[in-house]
Amino acid sequence: MDLDVVLLSRLQFALTIMVHYLFPPLSIGLGAQLVITEGLYLRTKDRRWEALARFWTKLFAVNFAVGVATGIVMEFEFGTNWATYSRFVGDVFGSALASEGIFAFFLESGFLAVLVFGWDRVGPKMHFFSTLMVFTGSVFSSVWIVIANSWMHTPAGYHLVEENGRMRAEITDFWAMCFNPSSMHRLGHVLLGAFILGAFFTMSISAWYVLKKRHEDLATRSFKVGLVMAALSSVAMLVSGHGQARALAANQPAKLAALEGHFHTGEGPTDLYIMGWPDRATETVHFGIALPGMLSFLVHDDFETPIPGLDQVPDDEEPPVLLPFLTYHVMVGCGMYFIGLTLFGLFMWWRGKLFTSRWLMWIFVGSVLLPYVANQAGWVATEVGRQPWIVYGLLRTADAVSRSVPTDQVLGSIALFSFIYLALVVLWVVVLNEKIKHGPEDPATLGPHAAEPFRDAAARLSLVSPHRLTGDDASDEEEE
Amino acid sequence: MDFATLWFVILGFLLTGYAILDGFDLGVGILHLFVKGDQDRRLTLNSIGPLWDGNEVWLVTFGGALFAAFPEAYATAMSALYFPVIVLLFSLIGRAISIEFRSKRPSAAWRGWWDFSFFLSSATVVFVFGVAAGNMMYGIPLDAGFEHTGSLLGLLDPYSIAVGFFAISVCAMHGSIFLYLKTEGALQAQVHRWMWRTFFAFLAMYAVVTALTLATVPHAVRNFAEWPAAWIVVVLNVLAIANIPRAIHQGRPGYAFVSSCCTIAALVFLFGMALFPNLVVSSSAHPSLTIHNAASSEPTLKLMALIAAVGIPFVATYTGIVYWVFRGKVKLGKFSY
Repeated sequence: MDLDVVLLSRLQFALTIMVHYLFPPLSIGLGAQLVITEGLYLRTKDRRWEALARFWTKLFAVNFAVGVATGIVMEFEFGTNWATYSRFVGDVFGSALASEGIFAFFLESGFLAVLVFGWDRVGPKMHFFSTLMVFTGSVFSSVWIVIANSWMHTPAGYHLVEENGRMRAEITDFWAMCFNPSSMHRLGHVLLGAFILGAFFTMSISAWYVLKKRHEDLATRSFKVGLVMAALSSVAMLVSGHGQARALAANQPAKLAALEGHFHTGEGPTDLYIMGWPDRATETVHFGIALPGMLSFLVHDDFETPIPGLDQVPDDEEPPVLLPFLTYHVMVGCGMYFIGLTLFGLFMWWRGKLFTSRWLMWIFVGSVLLPYVANQAGWVATEVGRQPWIVYGLLRTADAVSRSVPTDQVLGSIALFSFIYLALVVLWVVVLNEKIKHGPEDPATLGPHAAEPFRDAAARLSLVSPHRLTGDDASDEEEE
Repeated sequence: MDFATLWFVILGFLLTGYAILDGFDLGVGILHLFVKGDQDRRLTLNSIGPLWDGNEVWLVTFGGALFAAFPEAYATAMSALYFPVIVLLFSLIGRAISIEFRSKRPSAAWRGWWDFSFFLSSATVVFVFGVAAGNMMYGIPLDAGFEHTGSLLGLLDPYSIAVGFFAISVCAMHGSIFLYLKTEGALQAQVHRWMWRTFFAFLAMYAVVTALTLATVPHAVRNFAEWPAAWIVVVLNVLAIANIPRAIHQGRPGYAFVSSCCTIAALVFLFGMALFPNLVVSSSAHPSLTIHNAASSEPTLKLMALIAAVGIPFVATYTGIVYWVFRGKVKLGKFSY
């Protein structure tokens, strides 16, 4: 393939979305942990939880801001590089994107300010509320984006009409569009992936503190929260992944065949490859290790029914095989590893040896990379597996690009994005490293709380009786 | 009023919100390099610290709403303005990096670089918005399928460049008034002088762009014949502009800021008046994209209007809460940038 606008636009989209997707899952996963940690603080009044919440908030803030900056690119890239696609799907896809802006983005970014900068400006309850709102916003965000994306895999609730001399999709049933056949499966999968990443992120840093004998009291607390969350999410992920694969068999059989390297339908049950290297030319899987009949069992609960292979797909609708196969298997492998490691971690906790097993702590320090790999690999598998379609069965990727954008401008933009994203990722790692070295504050040195400004304001407006205000609370007024 | 017109108004509302809110933090970025000393630069940066991120959300929502309500206009405008939009996105990321990372290390070289980068990215963002607005005012060549047929250099005509500099002057003035409200002491005294300078720069650019518009973009005032009541906004705009120096002189910076907000709102209104009912004006023989031929289906517009009606009160509430929590003079603390 030569360097045409389609290929370049695909490369640019892959670059920008993959860099972007380093950040939002951590925002969701770490956000969930912030809610738990601050909730524990409010419940127990133990300021060690507060010190932890403040520490994770610092890392959360940098991650979130970078996520927003890389996310704005996505909002406009549909129009810049995929104008024909945008004309085709605007009615449907644009609606989900706009809903995200109105319902999720304002909620997140507004309360983020209070979460990050408001520790000494608002009281603990208002602060907890803000944390909760940021987390809720990030989940809403994922809901709308996953709906928009899922519609591209399993379009529903639309009809095609001719407008300005070309076809386009229009919503006929908003709820059918939202609850299209793959959206809820995908949403669960995405959220669990984010929780696993968030949990492994905090466990990695906590384990490092344990190994370095720093902040041990705080680190072990945080580690346990992460471990429970990671174990629950990893086991739930097994259920989610299984459900998604079954749905895939019904909705996008060509993709399932590509993910499994399944070339020939055959007569009997279909094997499941645990690993291998599929070869499109010879239509075989080299170095393959397969479980006999297992794919049939996973999809149909029996060891008899054959699963349709790529030979059932028209030649011009066949997805690539190698990349989806490899990324899918990497993702599944990571998933199994998460289950094994977290359950073993729980076992060691029960035996009272969790934090004294230094080798295990080192494994947890390094394991943070794998949820990143799994999240990225899963998306590559599902997006490449949808090819050659951009909207499954309706619009081909090759037909979806902007017609007025010349090749050299796309090359130029790829160069610009590569440069700044490289700088971004390097800086992010540098700053993260410094924050980790600095560590959480000593709970004993945390200052006094600010008043609850909204309760005070309500008191001034005589909404609640003034005698509930203490002397300390009134000091808030001095600032004005 | 049909739903397409309503969506034109909603987009105008989002654009106004964006221009007013991100306008001041971009303006503070443009002024940032003129502030001397690390302490004062940190104060400047932290005056917008908790606010800039939320302000950018207005742009994201504007983009999403344009995509949903008028996909043809979104597709045509973004692909026509391909490189300017890429430069804009590049600068927005660069700006976020500069703000986030500037104060993370004590080194003077490190901070000096990010100060410069913060200034340059802020100025570039505003300039590109101005150039884009200039092109939208003047029109771009389209073919029968609403695809842009011009070149990249064709976008950089003198009119659009003038609008770009005008946008910089608006944001610098707006940002200086905001910064005056948030600072104290010697820094504030310095910012006081900047308010005057940026105001006169704005006034000069306002005159230039108004004259250029009347001379080269005749369709910009076409709608006034049909709706003479819109002249009220022009009068209010002039009054708001006149009120800025008056309020500064009287020592009422809050009032000056409100006037500057009103000025920006009026400018966005005039931009909308110049376009309506077009969204992307065609400068070739082929027809323009209007709110009718670019719109999503009627049921979708109706549904999205409902979503906006539910969502916008919430948005207003969050914005109010955040600005209220962070009211008052900026002070450096352990959570500051």
